[in-house]
Amino acid sequence: MISIRGVKHSIQGKPILQDINLDLPRGGVTALIGPNGAGKSTLLSLIARLQPLGTGTIRVDALQIGSCSDAALARVLAIMPQSAQISARLRVGEAVMMGRYPWHRGRPGKRDGEIVEETLRLFSLTSLADRFLDEISGGQRQRAMVAMAYAQETDYLLLDEPLNNLDIAASRHLMRLLRQMADTGRKSIVIVLHDINYAAAFADRVVVMREGRIVADGAPGAVITPALMADVFETDAKVHLVDDRPVVLV
Amino acid sequence: MDRRLALLCGLLALSCVAFMLLGAVGSWEFLLQFRLRRLAALLLVGICLSTATVLFQTIAGNRILTPSLIGFDALYILILTAMVQVLGLAGFAAIPAPVIFAINLAAMTALGMLLFGVLMFGAKGDMIKLVLTGIVAGILIRSLTEFLQRMIDPSEFQMIQAASFARFTHVDTGLLVLTAAASLPALALTWRVRFRLDVLALGSELATGLGENPQRGRKQVLALICVLVASATALAGPSGLFGLIVTALAYLVAPGTRHAVTLPTAALVGCIVLVAGQTVMERVLDLSTPLPVVVELLGGLVFLFLVLKRHIR
Ligand SMILES: Nc1ncnc2c1ncn2[C@@H]1O[C@H](COP(=O)(O)OP(=O)(O)O)[C@@H](O)[C@H]1O
Ligand SMILES: [Mg+2]
Repeated sequence: MISIRGVKHSIQGKPILQDINLDLPRGGVTALIGPNGAGKSTLLSLIARLQPLGTGTIRVDALQIGSCSDAALARVLAIMPQSAQISARLRVGEAVMMGRYPWHRGRPGKRDGEIVEETLRLFSLTSLADRFLDEISGGQRQRAMVAMAYAQETDYLLLDEPLNNLDIAASRHLMRLLRQMADTGRKSIVIVLHDINYAAAFADRVVVMREGRIVADGAPGAVITPALMADVFETDAKVHLVDDRPVVLV
Repeated sequence: MDRRLALLCGLLALSCVAFMLLGAVGSWEFLLQFRLRRLAALLLVGICLSTATVLFQTIAGNRILTPSLIGFDALYILILTAMVQVLGLAGFAAIPAPVIFAINLAAMTALGMLLFGVLMFGAKGDMIKLVLTGIVAGILIRSLTEFLQRMIDPSEFQMIQAASFARFTHVDTGLLVLTAAASLPALALTWRVRFRLDVLALGSELATGLGENPQRGRKQVLALICVLVASATALAGPSGLFGLIVTALAYLVAPGTRHAVTLPTAALVGCIVLVAGQTVMERVLDLSTPLPVVVELLGGLVFLFLVLKRHIR
């Protein structure tokens, strides 16, 4: 379980997150939604110790963020940061193999090779394995970044807007894959989504943030309502039920 | 082993043989010993500078940087000038060479750590800021040096000038041993952390996600860089753009990013450029121009070409 207690965060005196309390039990897909600048990426990066945590505590299973070993956490939790930029000139296959680093520490074994191959296949990247990351399309690169986090084979997977740049087929494919990981692999997936309809279709739980606070939390059907669209997103989009699932009309 | 590495090894062996045997006249025993010492110095300096530049580019996240570009060479001349200034030429000459070497090494390592530490952590991963502040720091150090040099007499000034170029004309065994003692452990450590370097090269966020603390990693690598550049410079003098040229060539030969490949490739290329270059300069062209001047001239052109052709990123 990821357990967040009393987390506050500010940058140069400006409050970014306030009084965040959240429990994310093991297993399932949790979607984090909210307007731009709500603090979703900040929250994710605090959980994954990408930024130092000031006030409050975050625990991932038995590991306490801030005091646990970085290497130990890397075997339990993987993150794909928003707009992750790789500065090194890497091939797709090499990047996915880097995702295995917490396990092989630089000396990949046979099993690592198999996992990388399987991951490349799952993300339809096999034919791109030998291409450099800066020589493929934005969507392909995004897929490679998700694949890298996926190959890390952690119980917790945090993805910050992984559908950016993906076409509809790739988006649905990825969301199905995550769904399957949660259902059959007992993985916990926390995913920041831009498109509320994807959250409604694939998540078990939707957490809504606004101005650094959690303002709604629950099953998609209960949370995604016209009132939410008006209050949180400040737009008058209609919400219809299609197959018992809320759909936001854009 | 990789075919390209094998080829580079062959080229280096050839250069070494040429360096040892070309134009050999007189007593074999003396000549062999004399040249062997110089060869060892060339190889050591070549490996140290190439390795340091690869490390520097890894933590800076950029392949067109080299420690001397942001003021390391200037630091060396400043230390030299300050010593002459404080002690006077006679006093300076009276100090045994190993002591000067040790002072140089220690001062450069310490000041280098300070300089790069401040620059790197001040720039917070902003490359442009790092380069600009680095260049300004270099100018500041140079002006300070010039200011000190104006206060000393011309003969002392000349002595410093002579020491301001890399030189391999005469190599003292004692200094060679000292250099090796300082740099070999640093090189061994670098090789040991080669996989961690691959992770650090991914950038802060991804490195953290994979369980490597980038801040700690950068500090450790910074220490390695300072020791390597300081030992090479204390032995042979400032190296200018040498590291940059070598890594640019190395990336052309081996375009990947794995340090297990780039480190030995860069080291081999560095040694080839130094040994072959020195051989050609001395024995074929019979010139006494210091090699770095030529490397810089040719290398500068090669480098401009590479940058403009976008072969380097
Ligand atoms: N490095 C930073 N410096 C200053 N403000 C920042 C920085 N990063 C994020 N912020 C601010 O923090 C708030 C939350 O940002 P973020 O977590 O990225 O939002 P989201 O991912 O929900 O769009 C925004 O108001 C943003 O302007
Ligand atoms: Mg965001």
